[in-house]
This record gives sequence, C-alpha cells and structure tokens, in this order.
Amino acid sequence: MKRLEQGERHTVSLILNGVPRTGRADNRTLLSDFLRHELGATGTHVGCEHGVCGACTVRIDGAAARACLTLAVQAEGRRVDTVEGLAGKDGELNDLQQAFRRNHALQCGFCTPGILMSCSDFLERVPGPTEAQVRDMLSGHLCRCTGYTNIVKAVLETAAERQARREEEKHA
Amino acid sequence: MRRDGQAVEAGRQTSFVGRPLERVEDAALLTGRGRYADDLGVKPGTLHAAVLRSPHAHAILKAIDSSRAQTSRGVRAVLTGEDVRRWSQPFVVGVKQPMEHWSLAVDRVRYVGEPVAVVVAENRYAAEDALDLIRVDYEPLAAVVSVEQAIREDAPLLHPAVGSNVVSDRSFRYGDPETAFDRAPHRVRLTVHYPRNSCTPIEGGVVIAEYLPGEEGYEVTSNFMGPFSLHAVMALALRVPAARLRHKSPRDSGGSFGVKQSVFPYVVLMCLASRKAGAPVKWVEDRLEHLTAATSATGRLATIEAAVESDGRIVALAYDQFDDVGGYLRAPEPATFYRMHGCLTGAYAIPNLTVRNRVVLTNKTPAGLVRGFGGPQVYFALERLMQRIAVELKLDPLEIYRRNLVPPEAFPYRAAAGALLDSGNYPAALKLAEHEGGLAELKRRRDEARAQGRLYGIGFAAIVEPSISNMGYITTALTPAQRAKAGPKNGAIASATVSIDLLGSVSVVVASAPAGQGHMTVCAQVAADVLGLKPEDITVNVELDTQKDAWSVAAGNYSSRFAGAVAGTVHLAATKLRDKLARIAAHQLGVAPQDIAFAGGEVFPRSAPERAIPFARAASSAHWAPALLPQGESLGLRETVFWTPESLAAPDEQDHINTSAAYGFAFDICAVEVDRDTGRVRIDRYVTTHDAGKILNPALADGQIRGAFAQGVGAALMEEFRYAADGGFQSGTFADYLVPTACEVPEPLILHMETPSPFTPLGAKGLGEGNNMSTPVCIANAVADALSPIGDVSDIRLPLTPAKVMGLIGIDDPAPSRSRERATEPAMGDGGGRALTANGAIEIAAPPEAVFKVLLDPQALVQVIPGCHALQAVSENRYRAEVTVGVGLVKARYEAEIALSELDPPRSLRLAGSGLSALGAARGSGRVTLEAIPTGTRLSYDYRAEVSGKVAAVGSRMLEGAAKIVLAQLFERLGRHAGGAPAKRESWWKRLLRLLGWGK
Repeated sequence: MKRLEQGERHTVSLILNGVPRTGRADNRTLLSDFLRHELGATGTHVGCEHGVCGACTVRIDGAAARACLTLAVQAEGRRVDTVEGLAGKDGELNDLQQAFRRNHALQCGFCTPGILMSCSDFLERVPGPTEAQVRDMLSGHLCRCTGYTNIVKAVLETAAERQARREEEKHA
Repeated sequence: MRRDGQAVEAGRQTSFVGRPLERVEDAALLTGRGRYADDLGVKPGTLHAAVLRSPHAHAILKAIDSSRAQTSRGVRAVLTGEDVRRWSQPFVVGVKQPMEHWSLAVDRVRYVGEPVAVVVAENRYAAEDALDLIRVDYEPLAAVVSVEQAIREDAPLLHPAVGSNVVSDRSFRYGDPETAFDRAPHRVRLTVHYPRNSCTPIEGGVVIAEYLPGEEGYEVTSNFMGPFSLHAVMALALRVPAARLRHKSPRDSGGSFGVKQSVFPYVVLMCLASRKAGAPVKWVEDRLEHLTAATSATGRLATIEAAVESDGRIVALAYDQFDDVGGYLRAPEPATFYRMHGCLTGAYAIPNLTVRNRVVLTNKTPAGLVRGFGGPQVYFALERLMQRIAVELKLDPLEIYRRNLVPPEAFPYRAAAGALLDSGNYPAALKLAEHEGGLAELKRRRDEARAQGRLYGIGFAAIVEPSISNMGYITTALTPAQRAKAGPKNGAIASATVSIDLLGSVSVVVASAPAGQGHMTVCAQVAADVLGLKPEDITVNVELDTQKDAWSVAAGNYSSRFAGAVAGTVHLAATKLRDKLARIAAHQLGVAPQDIAFAGGEVFPRSAPERAIPFARAASSAHWAPALLPQGESLGLRETVFWTPESLAAPDEQDHINTSAAYGFAFDICAVEVDRDTGRVRIDRYVTTHDAGKILNPALADGQIRGAFAQGVGAALMEEFRYAADGGFQSGTFADYLVPTACEVPEPLILHMETPSPFTPLGAKGLGEGNNMSTPVCIANAVADALSPIGDVSDIRLPLTPAKVMGLIGIDDPAPSRSRERATEPAMGDGGGRALTANGAIEIAAPPEAVFKVLLDPQALVQVIPGCHALQAVSENRYRAEVTVGVGLVKARYEAEIALSELDPPRSLRLAGSGLSALGAARGSGRVTLEAIPTGTRLSYDYRAEVSGKVAAVGSRMLEGAAKIVLAQLFERLGRHAGGAPAKRESWWKRLLRLLGWGK
C-alpha cells in the first residue's frame, strides 16, 4: 500500500465529469474541499463533515459516496461525477433535474446536489423503485426545507418516465 | 371602442400572481451554479479563521497563551479578548442591565462553545491545527443549566453585576382578569416545558470580512439574513458609522429559518480578526460549531391558567412564563416573548389576560430567531391547555374551539393585549378541516383501535400566525417610563426598487435576503402583472449591499414578511413606475394617462388598441430622448418605494401592542397511534388548514407548509439540544441531534382558504411559520389523547422520543443483569458530572521510600502514568501533562494538570488532577498511603473523580472498568519503577483486563 508522509503535497489527477483534471492536495485534504476549492467545482456542498447530512454526495466510479469522508488522494485516477455534470452541454437540465424543478423538489437548494447524485446512482441500480425504496434511499440525506414529499415525487416521476422510454425503445 | 380596448387588455394579459409557476431560481441551483457565500471567490490573500471555543459551561478566563499557536505553520494572527476590548465594544442589550456580551469572551465564559480566541491562517486546516496549541487557563465555576436552577436564591450568577439570573421581569394586565377568575366556575391550569431546538439549516454561517485601514471601516460578505436592525448593533460594536460597515449578502443562502440571524456576532468577530491579521479573513462555520454555539429556540417554562365557564367559554387567561435565553441576552432577545405578546390570547375572543414574563440566563448557547419564533412556545402552552380544558370539563374539544374562536364578523378584531387580527373566518376553517380532513373517519379508527386495546389518539391545534413584525414590539420589554425615555419605536419598513434599462427590460431589487423561499420568482410574478409582461421578462436581484441598496430597519428574511410586505412593496414600486410610463406614453400618443394600458408586452391606449407599441420601446424612450418627456416629468426609470403597515403603532401606556401587521390562521388535526411496546409515535393522518390571505404562488406556499410541518414533526418527536448537568453539550453532531429524514415525515393534507388582509398591498399574509407553531403541540395533544386509556397524562414534554413515551406509558423495566463486579451506583458529582469513587490496596515489592521517590520524580512519573505523552513541571509538585485515556471505543487526549499535596514522606500524599479533552472534562483527587510491610510496601488509595462530556455518556460500568484498568496500570508501573514488581495483585484486575481484551 502506498504510504503518504505527513505534510507532503500531492498531485491528484482524476476525471471530473468526464474531463481530466489535476490539482494539489495534502494527504489530509478532503475530497469535498479539493473539489470545491482546488478544482472550483462549488456545486458540491458541505453540510456536516461527518457523513450524516449527505449534501456532499458525489459519484466515485459511479457509486454515490460522501466527499467529506473521502480524502482527495483516494480519488486519484478515478472517475468523479458531481452535480455540474448532470445537465447537457448547452445547460439543458436532464430529466431528473427537470422533475425536481417541475415538482418544486428544492427550496434553498443546498442539499440538492447531493440528493441528485444519490438519485442518479440509485435510479441506475433500481430502475423501478417503490415509494418506500425511494424514501429509504433519501434517508441518507437531510433536507430542512421541503419536507421531502416533492423530492419523492420527482424521483418516482423520473423513474416512471425512464421506464416508459425503455418500453418505447423496446417496441421501436 | 373603449370596450374593445378593455377586451384586448384582458385577452392579452394573463395574471401570474396566484399561479403555481416554476421557480426562476432552480436552473442555477440544480446545476451546481448556486451562489452561496462559500462559493464566492475571495480576494487573493484572503486568510482563513478557526475559532477556539470554551469547553466549560461557566468559568473564569484567567489567561490565554497563544505563543505556540502564533509560530505554528501557516498561522498569521491570533485574536484574543484583549484585541476585542481594544477595537470594539459589547453588543447593545435589549433590557437595561449591566451585562456585557462581546464577540469573544474577555474575562468569563458562560456556555460551552463560546468563542475564546480566533486563529487566522493560510488555510482552515492550519488554523484548526493551531487551535490545539493555545493554552487557556480556566477556573471552572458551577453552572446553571435549567430555569428552575437559575432562579434559585443561591444560584451561581452568570453576570454578577446584575445580581440575579433573572434579567427582565415584567407583568401585564389587560381587562379585569381578577374578577373573571373569581367568578368563573372552573379553573384549568397547566405547567409546560418547551425544549431548546433549532431548524439547523444545512449551510452553516459564512463570513468574509476585510478591515479597511484608516477611517474606511469594514467590508463584509456574509449569509447573515437580518433583521437588518442588527446592522446597527454590529456597527455600534465595531465603533464605526453604519455606512462604514458595508455588508453584502449573496444571492443564495442554504436555509435560514431565522437561524442565520446568529451569524451577526461572527461578522463583528471576523472584522476584528481581519484587523489583527491585516488581510481579509474568511470563516465557515462547521456543523459542530453550528449545533453547539450558533443559536437555539428559546427554552420555556410556562404555567398557564384559564378561567372557564361551564360551557367551555374562556373568560380569562393567565400566563406565568420563564424564557431560558442562555448565557447572554443577545439581540433581538427577549423578542421570543414579545413577538407573540399582542396575540397571547391566540385565535380566541378572551377579554381578560394577565402575563408575567421573566427572562432567565443559563449556561447555554444564547437563544435567538428560530422559525416560528415565540409561536411554538406560546401555543405549546395555550393549545395544550385547550386539550386539558376538554378533558377536565369532559367536553368535545371542537365544541370548546367553536365557543371561543373570534367570530368572523368581529374582524378586524383587537385582541386583549393589542394585536389587531386583520381578517379571517376561523369557524369556517374549522369546518373545512373537519369535513375535508375526514375527522369522522379518524374518530371511527380511534374507536376501533381502542376496542382492540391499541393506543390511538386525535389532537387539535388552532393558531393565529403573525407575520410582518412591528419593530416596536421589543420595546414592550421596557416599562412605559423606560420607553418614554428611549423614544417610540414602531413600524416595519419594507423597500423595493423597480427599474427599466436602456433596452427596456425590467429589474427588481429587494432587501429580503431569501434562503430558498423563491422570492425571485414571486417578485417576477408581481412585477409582470403590473407591467403587462411575463415573469421571464423580469430580472430579479436579491443580493443586498447595505452601502448601495434601498433598505431600512426591517429589511431581511424573518417574521414571514415577504408575501405581505416585500412582495406588496414590489407591487407598489412597479405600479409607481407603470404610472410614470403611462404618463410618458400618453404624452407621446396624445391620449390621457388613464387611457394607457399595459398588457401582453405592449403599451397601448384602451381607446385605440391598434396603436400599441412594444413595452421595451415605450419604456426605453425615456432614456434615449428625455426631451420627449412630458413637462415636469422627472428623469430616470427607477422607482424605489418604502412601505410600512399603518396599523403598527408603538406600545401604548397600558402596554397594548399590535405586534404584527397580519395574522393568518391555521387549524390542524392530527391522528397518531402509539406503539405500546416501543413508545414509537406513528402519525396516521395530519390535516393542516391555512388561511394566509391572498396566495401569491400556491406551489411555493405549499412548499413552505410542508417544510414547516417537517420541522414541526422534528420538534415534536426528535429534536432537542441536550445538556449535561454540568452544562456540557451533548448534541454536537447530526448523529446526536436527530432531524427527520424522508422516512419520518408523512405527507400532510393541506387545505386552504383565502381571506385577504386589508392591511397589505396584495392582501397576502405570511404562512411559512404556522406549522412550526401548530404541529408540535398538535402532535402532543394527539399523543395525550392516545395515552388517555392508560391514565390522565397532562405533563407532556417534547420531543416525544420513544423513551419518553415509554416513560409516560409506564413499563416494568426488567431487572438489570447481575453485575460481575462490585459496581458503585453512578452518582452525580458536585459539578454535575458523573462521579466515580474507589478505594483499594496493592502490595509493591519495594520499600516505601523508593515508591515515594518515584511519585516525586517527573521523569519517572511520565513513565508511570498510563497514556502519558509529556509531563512538564509548572511549579514545585505541579505538573502539566498530556494523557490519552481510552474508555471502550472512545479515546480522549486530555490536557491535564497534576498536583501533589499533603506530602508526608514516605507515608502519604494527595494526588489531584484535572483534565480537559475534546470529549469533556475530568477531575479528581485521591489519597495514597504507603505502609511498610515485610515484602515491601502496602499502597492504599482512596479516590473520587468526576468526568463530564461525551466520556461521561458511556455506560457507568464501562467507565468504572476503564478507571480500574488505568489504576491497575498506574500501580503496576509504579511498583515496577520503584524497583520491584507488585508482589500481589488483586486478582479481579486481571480478570477485568482479560474481559476487556487488554489482558496478556
């Protein structure tokens, strides 16, 4: 296992939303701080720094993970996806983002990036979730504004839309 | 022709106000382009701050030594109380008392988490490293952690100069309460506690401050959200004219719920830190700091009594209330009391009222704005009392509500203490909730459940929800004489600016500091309606710059003032600009200004709609061709309107005060089932009926209701800031302070009525705080009803955690498994921590002289004390040590002071120690006696120790076990060091060590 000495500065290279990026980090620098302050990807937010609130959730090699419980050096060479990578090239919101807007599934929006990243991962793994499954997944996130109802609706709606699209493609 | 023109106008323009439009804010927030305070770029060279905080609830601050911190890598400055005294002054206080509250503790700490020093470094990591290097010499004092303790005659005083922990005591009398109480056939009385909790926004406080040398003052960006009356408090503390404290608020804020009011002391603190460092300084509050030290809803102890007629009509009400405001009376406290003062009689026509309000200091975090502010506390008493009246008089609760509600024909209704309830139809709302909410069905479910022995209950709550606070209400805390001297305060000035640029597009600027409520969307809807445009044509800027923007004393995001006051003022400003445009267009088109209509993006005479010109052209001409303006018309296309509700007067001589401009109404029904075996409360149905006047955007309104409801559920069932008996804080993470997740929040049934307010420009009232006020008590009433088959439960305390509910149900706790070892009962120490005592003896194969010598030798002692990393003599027989102690899975590094006294070589001595760690404090002392025996020495010990904080929260058996292990190690090493191994070990040491996995 690679050993990192205290006080050393490291070069960390990763694929951020499909783009190779490189920055400098101490061995104790959190991935959340690295993304925000070194790479300028401030869409990922920090809400508790102890892994409970979920605001900092990103996808590392596709799997939702807490950026505040991950060291930047651990992301070396990996694919990291954040909220900035969800929309299309011209800024067009993807189906999940649109469902959030349509359903008023956000208010202050601070917890939203983490929720979107968890949902993205979840909907790929569980394409036809029940409401109970969605709520269970969302229980890894704290939202103080919405009371969650509209978030649940947005996720279920997105899942249903994707199902319908898959059906269509099958028949086409 | 004219009729045609009106038809054209109506056909071209659809109204946007009142429609559930999507939000203009969302595209940025959903793509990671939010502009929250920590996302903004800072000036190159900006430094980062970390705050050293008190581990003690109450202590004298004797000395601070920051020399090691100052030389730590990356550190540029350390700010201490000395600097704060030199460059600032204490915050002004809302009552006349000799209390000083500085942005940093200067001579005494009064709550765990109080700022003691600020390290400014090149990055946050380096700043936090250096915190550990600051040595603070505290002299701990006894702490008071409850109202009951604080008001005792012999209670330790937080601010000795005041002479009492009760810093304000006011009594009020309205009508003729004595006669009413004397004559009434029934008196119903109840004492309630409301806990400390908070809505905990997910974004913490952020301050970026820069000192501008010379006389230029300070420039700040922070997510402070008002009330901007506190801008004056900050400027006074910094001793600069208000204009020289430039404060900028970013567009986005990650939730506030009132809580971001508590950022203001840190604005002052970081200004001073920047002054010390000679560079801009940024501070981002972390979660531990936020939960520990930001703010809290005011805890309350209240006794409420009603004089009741036999039919359930309440003829008089008496409140005796104590507010637990924490270690300091921080502005705007004691506002928690006085925000609700005018409407203490709630939704009821009760003519007689007495009130006694006492403001109490305790060794806890200062209280402040938390959504609902004052409402949850008042209604927890009042609506619990309504439930008690129904129980005690054996009446149907709804019947009691109907008999007491303010009748619809009485509006505007002047309540006993002065609130002018503006509009409503409370009985209609009741009926709506009853029918649409399916009360009959819920009653059937209750009957069925009870027949099966299950615990099912129904609760109610009726509240008036104040919005748009009267800036003068806080002066109700002063006597009429004090008020006369200070001068009257009243009103709630809102401001809005609407302008048109060179190409004819419209901008709106408001001073409302939103935190997710969709102010941009609603402002666009309102302005679009006035100007005949679409919301997407309007650009709204909600950043606030105190040096450039139009704002006044009431600016900010609190007291649900947006819909009624700010949106209304946008309407007024847009109307003023439209009227000006109409005059200009009329002049150019040769018609009367009254003939000009704005619709569908065009401006046209109603008499000749075919002469329509695009809005942008009509609007921009005033910029390009001022010569075409009508005679006497002013230049520019920018209108700023300041508006204040006329109904908000200062408190009168008899202390009548109309505390708010508008009063919405909410009536809730809650059905719960309580699990007999676990105490879990399941909400079966929640119905919430709201009348908030005209609704500007129903989707946003429902969003506010759902959010407040979720927070209400949290307050009812989960959330509490808990303190140990010594003032240690026990809720510092989201794993300790539990807030509802998607699994705990059911979907409420939301019902609406719209009775417009006659006092706000659009007829709108606030509705964002209602469920914070109604839901906690409604759930509590439902639980009380559910438990009624078990017995009469009146003392319901929040949060209703399963453990607390089981306490109410009453369970036969199974006998604890028999302890393997002698276990002393955990006792409370004098300082409120957990006390440990033990005594015993051990034999050491060395003479007493050798053992005694080891105890006096620092070099030897460092090797003898288990977990000791460093030991440094500070004076004769006094040492400072760093010791790591493990208790179960918890490991704490203590900074300890060890002292030897009562030396009687080589026979006996006293060994005393005290230590501090991130996990709490520990202190203790023990007597060690050495006795010569043939095999060496018999060492006897007898100690008493006390631990507090996180460590004390672990089970007492584990704690005792750990203490014994440490002692075993200590004496074993002592024996070894004195020249021999312990001759005879008490066998249970070994057994215990093996048991815990440490044995060899």
